[in-house]
Order: sequence, then C-alpha cells, then structure tokens
Amino acid sequence: MAESREHPVGEPDELAEHLFRREAGRLVAVVTRLFGIHNLALAEDVVQDAFCRALETWKFHGVPQNPSAWLTTAAKHRARDILRREATARKFAPDLRMLLESEWTLGPTVDDAFYEDGITDIQLRMMFSCVHPQVPEETQLAMILHLVCGFGMDETAAAFLKNPAAMQKRLRRAKTALAGSKQLFDISGAEDVAGRLPAVTRAIYLLFNEGYHGASAQSAVRADLCTEALRLVSLLLDNPLTATPTTHALAALLNFLAARLPERMDAAGDLTLFMEQDRSRWNGALIAKGHRQLALAASGTEVTAYHVEAAIAGVHAAARRVEETDWDAIVSLYNTLMRIQPSPVVALNRAVAIALRDGPARGLEEIGRIADRRRLLRYPFYFTALGEFEHRLGHPREAKKHFETALGLARNPTERRFLQGRIQHFGPVSQQP
Amino acid sequence: MPEFVFLYRRTQEAYYEMFNSPERAQQSMMKWRAWFKELGDKGYLKNIGQPLEDAGKVVGGKRKTITDGPYAETKDVIGGFSIVEAKDLDQAAQLASGCPITEAGGSVEVRPVRPLNI
Repeated sequence: MAESREHPVGEPDELAEHLFRREAGRLVAVVTRLFGIHNLALAEDVVQDAFCRALETWKFHGVPQNPSAWLTTAAKHRARDILRREATARKFAPDLRMLLESEWTLGPTVDDAFYEDGITDIQLRMMFSCVHPQVPEETQLAMILHLVCGFGMDETAAAFLKNPAAMQKRLRRAKTALAGSKQLFDISGAEDVAGRLPAVTRAIYLLFNEGYHGASAQSAVRADLCTEALRLVSLLLDNPLTATPTTHALAALLNFLAARLPERMDAAGDLTLFMEQDRSRWNGALIAKGHRQLALAASGTEVTAYHVEAAIAGVHAAARRVEETDWDAIVSLYNTLMRIQPSPVVALNRAVAIALRDGPARGLEEIGRIADRRRLLRYPFYFTALGEFEHRLGHPREAKKHFETALGLARNPTERRFLQGRIQHFGPVSQQP
Repeated sequence: MPEFVFLYRRTQEAYYEMFNSPERAQQSMMKWRAWFKELGDKGYLKNIGQPLEDAGKVVGGKRKTITDGPYAETKDVIGGFSIVEAKDLDQAAQLASGCPITEAGGSVEVRPVRPLNI
C-alpha cells in the first residue's frame, strides 16, 4: 500500500457531465453583462477562447482540481483585456460605462461580475433578455437553449428539428433584436419582471415538452432538454422576484413529469404505456419535490394551467398502482383545465380520464363531443385512444383500424414499435426476428 | 526503442467549428485524455510533451528578420507535440492513427528522431 502507483499520464480525468456546456451558459451571461448585449458575439468569442485554452492545456496536463474556477479565470482575463484594449473603439454595458472607463474601477468591476453569488441572477437576466417581445416564441426557446444552456448551434438546431443553417439565421436575427436593449434585462425591479415572467415560464414549459413529447428519435438529446428545463426553473426559484406561485406550480409539474422519465425513456408515452409503466421505477425524490412545490404554489390567488396540470400529475404520482388512481379527482381537474385553457388535446385527455372512470363507452361518447375534433386528426394519440376504447369494447376490427391510422402518424421509432405491437395483437401472428 | 516525435497539426477552421459546441469540445478533451492514457499504460509514451500557443515569432534569414508566425502562410498550426517510443515507423504511425485530432480535421505528423549511433 505504501508503494505509490505510477501514472505517467494520470487517469482519464473525471469531468462532470456537461460541465463545458453549463459553464458556457454561465460565462456567456457574465461576459455579456459586462460587454452589453449588443456585443453578444464578442462575449461568445471570449468564452470560446477560454474553452480553447482549457482544452489545449488540459489535454496535456490533465483536468485541474477546480475546472470551473480555471475556466472562469481564463474568461475573466480575456474579458478584461478586451475591455481595456477596446475601451475607445467600442461601447460596453451602458450602466457600467463610468466604472469601466477608469483603470481604478475596471478591475474590481470585472471581478465583481464574475463573483460566484451574482451569477445565477445574471443567467436569469439573460433568460429574460431571450424572451424579447420582437423574437418569435420558438426562437426564444432556441435562444435560451443556445445562450443560457450552452447548446452549440448544431445541437440547438437538432433540438428543434431545424437545419443548422436555418437555425443560425434565426438566432442571428434574434440577436439583432436583443442588441437594441444594449444591456441585459434588469430583474431588480427597474423593468417589468412580472410582465415578462409568463413568457419565461412558458419557454421553460415548452422546452421541457419538447424533450418529453418531442417528435425526434434522438432520445438522449430529449432527456437533456428536460434536465435543462428543470435547471432553468430552479434558477427562477432562487430569486424571490421570480419565485411566484405560478413558478412553483411549473416546478411541481416538471418535477412530477421528470419523475416518470426513467420509465418513459423506453416507452412511447402513449395511453397504454402510461398505464403499463412500472411505477416503482418513478423517481421518489422528484415526486416529493413536486409535492413540496405544489404546496408552495397554493399560496397565491391565481390558478394557472400549470397549477392544474401539476395537480393532475400529482394525483398520478400519488397512486402507487394505476388501479389506485383517483379518476374522480382527475376528471374534475380536467374540467377545470378545460375552463382555463380549452383545447382539443385537453378535451381528449379528459375523455380518456372519463373512460377510465366510467368505462370505454363513455370515453367514446366524450370523444365524439370534442368541439374541434378535426384538429386531432394528425395526432397519433387520438387514434390510439380510439383504438384502445374499441378494443376494450370487444371490437377488434375497429380497434385495429385505428391503431393502423395511428401508426401512419407515428413520430418516432418508439411510437412505431409500440403501435406495430398493438396491431399484431389483432392480426394473424407474423414471424418476428 | 526508436523514438518518434508526434506533431499535432490542426486547421483553424475545423478547430473553431468544434468550439461551436461546448459539449463536443468536452467530449474531444476526454478522448484525448483517454488516448494519452492508453499510450502511457502500454508504455509507448516517452514524454507527453507540451501544448503550444498559437501565437509566436519566426526569426530567420541573414538579417535575422523577426516576423509574426509561424502560421502566416500555412493553414494548419502545430498545437503541441509528444515523444513516443515504438518498434518502427509503421508502428508509430499505427499508434498515431488513434489520435482524436484526426476526427477534428487535423493530422499527426510522425517524425523519427535521428539516433546518435548508427
């Protein structure tokens, strides 16, 4: 034991998963805070440069004890150089102009910006900047993913199933819109935080959904999106100004849904699969977190769709087996949701809940009553539900037909596999390799 | 055992392309560490070497002119070097072929060190 083992190169170093991505988001926000949002591209260059240095050095010398501190220092030095060198050629953050003009105050101002405790706030400010009213909603999400979460251009494009060139164009246009503000959105009260918060929560909700229900087959990327959405919502929870009851409701919803991710990863997320999920594999810690957030969400007077959706997810999470589900509660929550945010998809979910409470015939009846049913015709889950009800009513031929329609609309291999299995159940047994 | 110098050459564009994605950059770094570790564990790595700064000067000519370089004319830059021991040039080249730089549009120049004794 006394003998020390020799490692001429050292063990392949441990580096936290996604460390670079996370640090990139953090550092771009900090440098942009100093440079002003009109110099966003320059801020991104500074961070990229810090990563280049890290990569080249660490390749040979190994990962340092505290890689985040190393990267922060590299970015800080580079940012300070640029602030000095380009002091006359460029205008930086207008609110820091005086402080950055004098060499006496420049150093401390830069140090201050990189000071650990302030960084979550700066990331929040970046997030609020991204939901600029002149930027289309989908691009807002992409901006958040790219700037706050540190996703590369290609990865951001892949997350939204766009080609990289098209995504680059969109992001460039969005950055131009943001540049008009000169500085990061002020969340200290000078600007309308409450006014922009709904757009931020919506962006996080949609980002999570993209990962959860996304139409892409790349499941690894999808789970990442869910993780990022959870991280972003926790940034909102860290600040008293943004930790509103609505934010708590969103956090509750995302935690409940994320708890099912391990079971969902190998499932397509359809009705039947949800029913067949092994609930012992749901993440208990996330469920507990969801319940805590749901309790905090109840402190306000406003009931948002997030509240209701979280409550529904909470009822599911509380049932250890699907048979124990309180369908009465779920149906009544869907009734509320139909009042707050009516849509054919919500109506369909409500019909499914009614079917599970009162039987498949009632489910079909409710589906028949959905006002805007035509809008569901491209939605595979609609036909899966129909197929399932017909099957339970003992109408195999109708059931099979619906499952076949659903198969034609399936959005990824997992959904396709599931539906093929369903169809085979009705048809003659075919040889499977 | 004969010694070889590995010169890691990369093109700037391919390099910056990679840094468009922090995730890819991280993966690339882990691959380098794993590759170096494997060479080391198998006893081929005499000296891991050093990374080199991109910026530098070139001094030359009778008048000892100093210019910024060395990359002024060349598109690829030497990003670092290592010293490797191998049976022969073929084996050294074989070892170099596992270098992650080849996946990022770069190359490894493998140069035998001239031995002192014939």
